[in-house]
Amino acid sequence: MSQTILQLQNIEKSFDGTPVLRGISLDAAAGEFITLLGSSGCGKTTTLRIIAGLECPDAGRVLLEGRDVTDTPPNKRDVNTVFQNYALFPHMTVAANIEYSLKLRRRPKEEIARAVAQALELVQLTGYENRMPGQLSGGQKQRVAIARAVVNRPRVLLLDEPLGALDLQLRRQMQLELKALQQQLGITFIYITHDQEEALTMSDRIAVMRDGQFVQIGTPAQVYDDPLTSFVARFVGSANILQGTVVAAEGGLVTARVAGCPVCARAGQTEFRPGQPIALALRSEQVDFAPEGSGIPAVVKEKSFAGGMLRIALELPDGSRLVASRHGIDQSLAPGQKLCVRWAPEAAVPVEVDD
Amino acid sequence: MPNRKNTRRTPLTSRWMWLTLVPLYLFTLVLVLGPLVYMLVLSFETRADMWGVIPQFTLANYQNIFQPVYLNTFVQSLKLALLCTGLILLIGYPFGYFMARLSPRGKKFMTAALMIPFWTNSLIRLYGWIIVLRSGGTLDKVLMALHLTQRPLKLLYTYPAVVVGMVYALLQFMILAVYSSAEKMDWSLVEAARDLGASPAQAFFTVTLKLTMPGLLSGVILTFIPSMGLFFIADILGGNKVVLVGSLIQDQLLQAHNWPFAAALSVVLMLLTSLMIGLYKRVTHTTRLEGLL
Amino acid sequence: MKKKRRISFSTVYLALGLVIIYLPIALVILYSFNESKLSSVWGGFSLKWYRTLFADKAMFQALGNSLILGLSASFAAGVVGTLGAVGFDRVRPRSRRVIEYLTSMPLMTPEIILGMVFMAFFGMLGIPFGMGTLILSHTTFCIPYVFMLVQARLVGMDRSLAEAARDLGAGERQVFFTITLPLLLPAIVSGMLLSFAMSLDDVIISLFVTGVNVNTLPIKVYTALKTGVTPEINALCTLLLAATLLLVGLSMLWGKISRLTGSGR
Repeated sequence: MSQTILQLQNIEKSFDGTPVLRGISLDAAAGEFITLLGSSGCGKTTTLRIIAGLECPDAGRVLLEGRDVTDTPPNKRDVNTVFQNYALFPHMTVAANIEYSLKLRRRPKEEIARAVAQALELVQLTGYENRMPGQLSGGQKQRVAIARAVVNRPRVLLLDEPLGALDLQLRRQMQLELKALQQQLGITFIYITHDQEEALTMSDRIAVMRDGQFVQIGTPAQVYDDPLTSFVARFVGSANILQGTVVAAEGGLVTARVAGCPVCARAGQTEFRPGQPIALALRSEQVDFAPEGSGIPAVVKEKSFAGGMLRIALELPDGSRLVASRHGIDQSLAPGQKLCVRWAPEAAVPVEVDD
Repeated sequence: MPNRKNTRRTPLTSRWMWLTLVPLYLFTLVLVLGPLVYMLVLSFETRADMWGVIPQFTLANYQNIFQPVYLNTFVQSLKLALLCTGLILLIGYPFGYFMARLSPRGKKFMTAALMIPFWTNSLIRLYGWIIVLRSGGTLDKVLMALHLTQRPLKLLYTYPAVVVGMVYALLQFMILAVYSSAEKMDWSLVEAARDLGASPAQAFFTVTLKLTMPGLLSGVILTFIPSMGLFFIADILGGNKVVLVGSLIQDQLLQAHNWPFAAALSVVLMLLTSLMIGLYKRVTHTTRLEGLL
Repeated sequence: MKKKRRISFSTVYLALGLVIIYLPIALVILYSFNESKLSSVWGGFSLKWYRTLFADKAMFQALGNSLILGLSASFAAGVVGTLGAVGFDRVRPRSRRVIEYLTSMPLMTPEIILGMVFMAFFGMLGIPFGMGTLILSHTTFCIPYVFMLVQARLVGMDRSLAEAARDLGAGERQVFFTITLPLLLPAIVSGMLLSFAMSLDDVIISLFVTGVNVNTLPIKVYTALKTGVTPEINALCTLLLAATLLLVGLSMLWGKISRLTGSGR
């Protein structure tokens, strides 16, 4: 079990009377890649700034390697940040930018030169020592910002939506590079993004954030397959939320009445009583079509093509909507056609409704 | 968890930062506020017989101002200031406007060309005008050569000479103010107006003028306020014929040694200029003055 | 097309304006080489007045005084104004208005009043008039120029740069010297150049606060203009003009250099 390197305990923060963080707690282990995932305004950047020491929480503690650093100024914490707009010093060369922190620590010249060369090699920018930031492209600035932050070998590296300003191709490439870099260096990465694909690709664990709180913290698989709430289910991937009433629960499965028909879902650890309302999250790619009679009757409403998948919107007997998705565009389904939908019991997960 | 809201500073400020403000505060308080307050106090004191003041409260200084001769000085100064500002506006606005329409190279050239006189000592330029305007000076030579006049004109030491001198001295403030405002203007708005059917004149008055108003107004302020106080131009170009408030204050201070009266005059002058600035702020809704620079 | 005609009118206007603006200056230069004492007569090309100028000890003293004054005032204003602008950044918005107003007071006050006020104030405090009072008063009216120029640049500067520096291990003072100051330098230099020019140009305030023995160049020129002009003044003015040209050229060069090294945006 690797040691816990960073702990956030019940952090609260308000700006001008508006609460931004309402008590968040997190434990990050050494060498872990954790992503804070959420839409804008949920408090991810504020959390990062509190970890970096650029803001002070109103309540709660930040512990780094067991030590309380809540009151420590940012220059005395072993944490470095890669800023969203790179924040490269425009009046210094690439090399000067990178060696800035080392010079502050008064390391010997040879050591600095070596470290800078190493850092540039790490981000594949060898030879760029004497360029000025104004002469670099977005992707290159990105790499210099990363090099500058890791040359210190901090215990924790904070990255604030670093790939936001890059185009899609470059972003995909950088995602893989960053992940490889993290594993090579063994530094704990705390990464911010609003792009769930990015989070799922790179992270060891994801903390889904909403309105200043962590809604769920888990591995990508956990967050995707076992969402705890409807928000998480909808934010990470696309999901249908079906409302129904519990009929019976046994052997890890729960039977419920949805749109007047009996369906099954994974029960997990929760206790269910008959008659209790229940909400099920079902991924659209898990929706199967069956001949009439076996499943919930549905009517095809419209077909659309998005994100490489065919999306079929259906209407259930009680008026609620269901979306199914398939690969390929050729489906002999026409609006108005009647069929039945069903799914494997393990595919549906009970969730708390919070949106 | 204990709530620390009130017991902690944000980590980015420290005591050292306050130190940077101290010199500024000190200077401002001691050398700006102090003297101004002292001036106010002084204006209520009585003048001693030979030199200096007796700390005896009196309103006599202010009452004195209302004497026709002094009141007249104020009125004269105001009239002159208004006249000059008006002329500067008429001459300077088109200049700045045309400058803003030039090509980038033209703009650079003009800005540089204007910089040199701007930084040249005002006295030098004033002296140049003396050469031009004095009897038998350049202007006379030219006019006589063109057979427009028979004899040398007595232009120096007249009111028009003072006006010319003031306009000349303050013109570039207006030009630069209008230029910087016009330069930032979005010309496509004028084109849009023309496209919608406005004649060039209409487009100018409804679009351009409105958009360059900030520059125009700061130009007005930048010229009006100094013109209230630039007495040495009147002194040199107008001789004793044109007496302005500035000369009056200087007189009272250095010749008559009537400090309290000079202070009272200054207070009134300051009130007038503050009024102008207040008007300017009200009209433009600005609180920052760096636009004036 | 209407547009073409308009440009030619504007060109004429601009050209005429430039001619009129430069006319007095050109004349001063011209007559500085005039052999004759009277400016109404052209006596031939001569450097006579320049020789007289260089022989005039009092003139050189006044020049020296002006230079010392200008350099001291612009330097002091540079330091105080810059520090003030940087600290001002951190102050609460409520107190900002007051500080801004007070700091820009000298700019908004007619020079005559400033001169009068300084003189009365120094007199009351019993400070002897001379170079000291000159430097103090010049610094005071120069500070607003530096303050405003530096302030404007500071506002446009990227905040995250200072944060990045802190994040990388710099203490507050180190951030100031390695990041803030270098990036503010263009504004500081502009402010100081402007202060120097303003100080060199000042007549009214200097008249009031100077001591009996201390003469600045503008004062000398002013008294000369009032009492009766020797053509020496022409020569002096021409030289001053040359110096101004040099300064303007330098500041433009500086502007080019600072644009190349980036502005923090």
